[in-house]
Amino acid sequence: MSEAASALSGAAYEGGLVRVADAGLQGMVTLRGDLEAEAIRAAVREASGCDMPGQRAITAEGDAAVAWMAPDEVLILGPHARAGDTCAALEAALQGQHHLAVNVSDARALFTVTGEDAAVREVLAKLAPVDLSPGAFGPGDFRRSRLAQVPGAFWMPQAGVMRVICFRSVAQYVFDLLCTSAAPGSRVGYFEA
Amino acid sequence: MLILHCPYCGVMADETELHGGGEAHLTRHGPGSSDEDFHDYLFAKENPRGVHFERWRHVQGCGKWFHAARDTATLEVFGTYPAQTTEPPKAIRKAITAKRPGWTWRGFSDPAK
Amino acid sequence: MSTRLATGGRLLDKGRQVSFTFNGKRMTGCAGDTLASALLANDQVMMGRSFKYHRPRGVVASGAEEPNALVGLGTGARFEPNQRATTTELFEGLSAASQNHWPSLDYDIGAVNQAFARFLPAGFYYKMFMFPRVFWKHVYEPFIRQSAGLGKAPDAETRDADTYEHFHAYTDVLVIGGGIAGLQAALAAGRSGARVLVMEQTPHWGGRAPVDGGEVDGKPAEAFIDAAVAELEAMDNVTLRLRCMGAGVYDHGYVLGYERLSDHAPGADGPRHRLWRVRAGQVITATGAIERPLSFAGNDVPGVMLASALRDYVVNWGVSAGDRTVVVTNNDDAYRTALVLLDAGLNVPLILDARAGGGGALADEARARGIRVETGKGIAKVKGRARVTGVAICAQAGEGAVLEEVPCDAVAMSGGWSPVVHLWSHCGGKLNWDDALAMFRPDAGRAPTGHDGAPFVAACGAANGEFGLNAILKDANTAGQTAARATGHKPGRKGAPKASDAGDEAPLEQVWLMPQGANIKLRMKAWLDYQNDVKVSDVQLAAREGYESVEHTKRYTTLGMATDQGKLSNINGLAVLSNVLGQPIPQAGTTTFRPPYTPISMGAIAGEARGALFQPIRRTTVHDWHEAQNAYMEPVGHWRRPYCFPKAGESHEDAVQREVRATRDSLGLLDASTLGKLIVKGPDAGRFMDMMYTNMMSNLAVGKCRYGLMCSENGFLMDDGVVARLSDDTWLCHTTTGGAERVHAHMEEFLQTEWWDWQIFVANVTEQYAQFGVVGPNSRKVLEKLGGVDLSKEALAFMQWTEGTLAGIESRIFRISFSGELSYEVAVPASMGRAFWNKLLEAGKEFGVTPYGTEALHIMRAEKGFIMIGDETDGTVIPQDLGLNWAISKKKEDYIGKRAQARSYMTNPERWKLVGLETVDGSVLPDGAYAVGEGVNANGQRVVQGRVTSTYHSPTLERGIAMGLVLHGPDRMGEVLDFPRLDGSIVQAKIVDHVWFDKDGEKQNV
Repeated sequence: MSEAASALSGAAYEGGLVRVADAGLQGMVTLRGDLEAEAIRAAVREASGCDMPGQRAITAEGDAAVAWMAPDEVLILGPHARAGDTCAALEAALQGQHHLAVNVSDARALFTVTGEDAAVREVLAKLAPVDLSPGAFGPGDFRRSRLAQVPGAFWMPQAGVMRVICFRSVAQYVFDLLCTSAAPGSRVGYFEA
Repeated sequence: MLILHCPYCGVMADETELHGGGEAHLTRHGPGSSDEDFHDYLFAKENPRGVHFERWRHVQGCGKWFHAARDTATLEVFGTYPAQTTEPPKAIRKAITAKRPGWTWRGFSDPAK
Repeated sequence: MSTRLATGGRLLDKGRQVSFTFNGKRMTGCAGDTLASALLANDQVMMGRSFKYHRPRGVVASGAEEPNALVGLGTGARFEPNQRATTTELFEGLSAASQNHWPSLDYDIGAVNQAFARFLPAGFYYKMFMFPRVFWKHVYEPFIRQSAGLGKAPDAETRDADTYEHFHAYTDVLVIGGGIAGLQAALAAGRSGARVLVMEQTPHWGGRAPVDGGEVDGKPAEAFIDAAVAELEAMDNVTLRLRCMGAGVYDHGYVLGYERLSDHAPGADGPRHRLWRVRAGQVITATGAIERPLSFAGNDVPGVMLASALRDYVVNWGVSAGDRTVVVTNNDDAYRTALVLLDAGLNVPLILDARAGGGGALADEARARGIRVETGKGIAKVKGRARVTGVAICAQAGEGAVLEEVPCDAVAMSGGWSPVVHLWSHCGGKLNWDDALAMFRPDAGRAPTGHDGAPFVAACGAANGEFGLNAILKDANTAGQTAARATGHKPGRKGAPKASDAGDEAPLEQVWLMPQGANIKLRMKAWLDYQNDVKVSDVQLAAREGYESVEHTKRYTTLGMATDQGKLSNINGLAVLSNVLGQPIPQAGTTTFRPPYTPISMGAIAGEARGALFQPIRRTTVHDWHEAQNAYMEPVGHWRRPYCFPKAGESHEDAVQREVRATRDSLGLLDASTLGKLIVKGPDAGRFMDMMYTNMMSNLAVGKCRYGLMCSENGFLMDDGVVARLSDDTWLCHTTTGGAERVHAHMEEFLQTEWWDWQIFVANVTEQYAQFGVVGPNSRKVLEKLGGVDLSKEALAFMQWTEGTLAGIESRIFRISFSGELSYEVAVPASMGRAFWNKLLEAGKEFGVTPYGTEALHIMRAEKGFIMIGDETDGTVIPQDLGLNWAISKKKEDYIGKRAQARSYMTNPERWKLVGLETVDGSVLPDGAYAVGEGVNANGQRVVQGRVTSTYHSPTLERGIAMGLVLHGPDRMGEVLDFPRLDGSIVQAKIVDHVWFDKDGEKQNV
């Protein structure tokens, strides 16, 4: 699908506190089911190579990751082209087990915010009512919240990198929010060690 | 602006992540119910000063509905618990008794009584 | 005259001159000046005029409590009225203008109000503007509007040139106030390892201590402050913010901080203000205290100032308010001002101590240094109009007989100190009256409580009613340690540093009026609230007229209702009221303290939410294409949808008519991506679908579609859409545009809170797909041209769906129609939305493909008689009103809304019912017009019997068509109703069947 386009086709912003970029196409599969059930856990491991994450956590392995969305929901991340197969594989593996697996890759936009760790945290803390201090949030954590006026979720694959998910229709709004929060001269200095 | 503990995802959620859903532990009345029961189900709501049970949804989070036991005057939160129950759990009722001895709300009260 | 002193000015960088203008006049100050100190340095004592009487007013205070020195600051896009000169840091090029005068500060016409002051008493507006009623619109209101309002509003056409932002901060302990109390509390809490955030509203740490003197650990207070700040800065767990005001304390430890980042450096990079949205485990208010004025005649003449302010100007900014200053006081603290003035080489001819017994050690020192001190004496009146020229002295115990006149050019007054209890009180902290110190102070036993029911605010230092250095530091140390402990940290045992105790102090004496028996003439010149021009006589009048509650008196007299919210006046006014009523002060109580502590900018409240970020706008995958075509967009929920696609020179109306005709004649395209799409899956999905929709959904065959209605538990129609059964246990529900989130929430609510034992999962996949309506007689041809899926009538009949690869793109194709035409909706992955749209346009060229907007959509659905949620429904309409009984299952025992629809009001035959309406003359009925009946109702209004819900010009029928709800409508076919227009003329319309176009569905079924 060479004509496939992500929400903002790779738009990027530099020159502020951090770099903000549309991360391009990302495979995403929503899986709902009993996360404690061995069949579900096994299917997730098989589909992603990742362990089932605990509450508000994200596990990663290679180009795949599994994020905890709710007590009965995970988001499985992987290459965009593979999302349909992942869905089908889950479907096949979970015959007879109540679940819902659905490809939501195109329903969302993904941004990458990179820069100095404290600055990256600040940019998000201007938008979300979440404690983003290093002691409260870091790599391995996954948080759903709001970004100003829209729902969003974010996690840190590593220090100095934040990945931000929102619905596709508000991609421009969220991109503009992140850029505004990263405007030159707007450092807060609250997360400085 | 309140913070409530979401029993599903474990965060102390800011009120701006939440959506209030009115009185908790309502019994749905459908076809066949009396006019009075149906009217009360839809419109007759508790409005106490003091202990109250409410429904909240962590709408900008895990999306789950939960219940909160709260004092409407002081805003003290006695506890939150999953919505999949028809009555407040014993532990919550005990917690309220510890703070507000002699409380009653609709048919509910101190579990020891 | 007021002038810059050769010495002093600890906050100044005297080497750096700063030039600015005041009312257009060029002046010079120093770096470190406030606008107020710089104006005083330029002998500009008069800084504005009062609100009601336009009396000349000078600066009274030196900080946030200032009521008089308000200016319009900046110009153009950066103009802002009502800025306090005392908290405005001077910067190069600052431009300020005084307020409430015309034509000029020195000569003002409004000042004639003073002559009529006795006719403008408390409650004047309520009494004067009552009758006659007709005068309101043309006389009273214009008069009040002309004279009302503090300062000038910015030009409506300008746009704020600055940016603003919010910041969410979480901390264990928040300390509000960076004086010695705040710093010591922060040290005590910070040493425990707790996260500590300290906010100080001014640009300097240390508060009053460096001015008031005293030693800590044997060193000057300033050295302690420097060491404390250095220690705090070195702690990783502590954040210090200057120019950041604790604006409000709210429930559950939520606090707003207002940080002014570039007010002192306009145009700098970054936001001008930042609103801190703090969640704190514990809040310590170390907000200090504010000195009270004394109430004597002429206490508002420029040059009369708070004793502490005079002291601040000398010590902090090296400015004297006058050469000869008379001090008048009821306590010892004002003697410090006399001594500071003496140290600066200025003259203090007299100290008037209202206390018969006089002062303590400080008074002795003043006498020893040769100052004349008169005890039991006060000021009868201040001489001078635009400037103090002297004071007339009287006995405090008397009625104001003048004993002597003393020339002077400044007066320093002190009526005692009031702790700043605002932030303590915002969230419910209670106060006690301390009669010895004449002040309300926080009652630690009745602190604001948080989510766990435990106290979360503690006041310390002067804010807690502690005034000695030692007592302040000890109190603050305890507050810091207690807060640390309350947030789960171990504070250690380190005590507060030792401070030098002040010498023997004589107790304050309560003086609420000077002299105590002042006659009415004097009382009418004794100001309580400078900003709103409220005098002692006004409060007394209010009390006599029966306004005995302090809250009523406040509103009647406007005492404390100005932008300073009565920081200087509330306690004095309260005391005057209590005296008239003959009741103790605590019985009268205080008015409510409400946030913010001082006014904060609207920009800070809005934060990033302005311009393009004011509201999220939802865009479809072809939004850019629509914009490139110059589509006229309309908001539908947060979405933007094309209303129509006008060609060059074409009106919107014409474009809509063209789009309808082109679609009906050949081929139209609709971006339907905004329709909601929800997947419902599980073993119990069928019974759940039957509960959610009024019609039967469980028996829908896989591969088929069905139109469904969704009601609320109240029975009212809330949404509609086409449901497709995807597999044995999976349904796909389409919702209205913008309805997806609401319907999804509705489903989740019942799943989670009512039928949690049912096995169902719902997912919102609205944005996973781009969905396009391919509509018109040539729609099948264009899709067949794209190729890949058999779309023949046999393969895909009306109300069926199929999946396949269309034009190489994975697609789901629904054969449904909202127009009455042969029509398909094609859903493709959103990432392929734009690509597929391009292919449709390309393939459709030969058919004259015409993208159409929402208005053409509406017209075509109305021609076909389909209802639209939000037009035919308004939250009070049930499906039965719309003749949709065919879509309400009678077999089902239950569905959401079924019980409600059986209520007597819902089954009433008098409910208005849906019909079609055709104007007799073919014109278009006005939208929302009412059909009138005979006679009037109980309120004397014309009886109505129906209303228009949708109305259009139909290009297909070439006439106006409308739908409406009409009393007994379906039984009155052919009857003609009268619909008055706004101008009173009548348009007549005939009741007809509301399906105009292809009633038998022959066109869509080909």
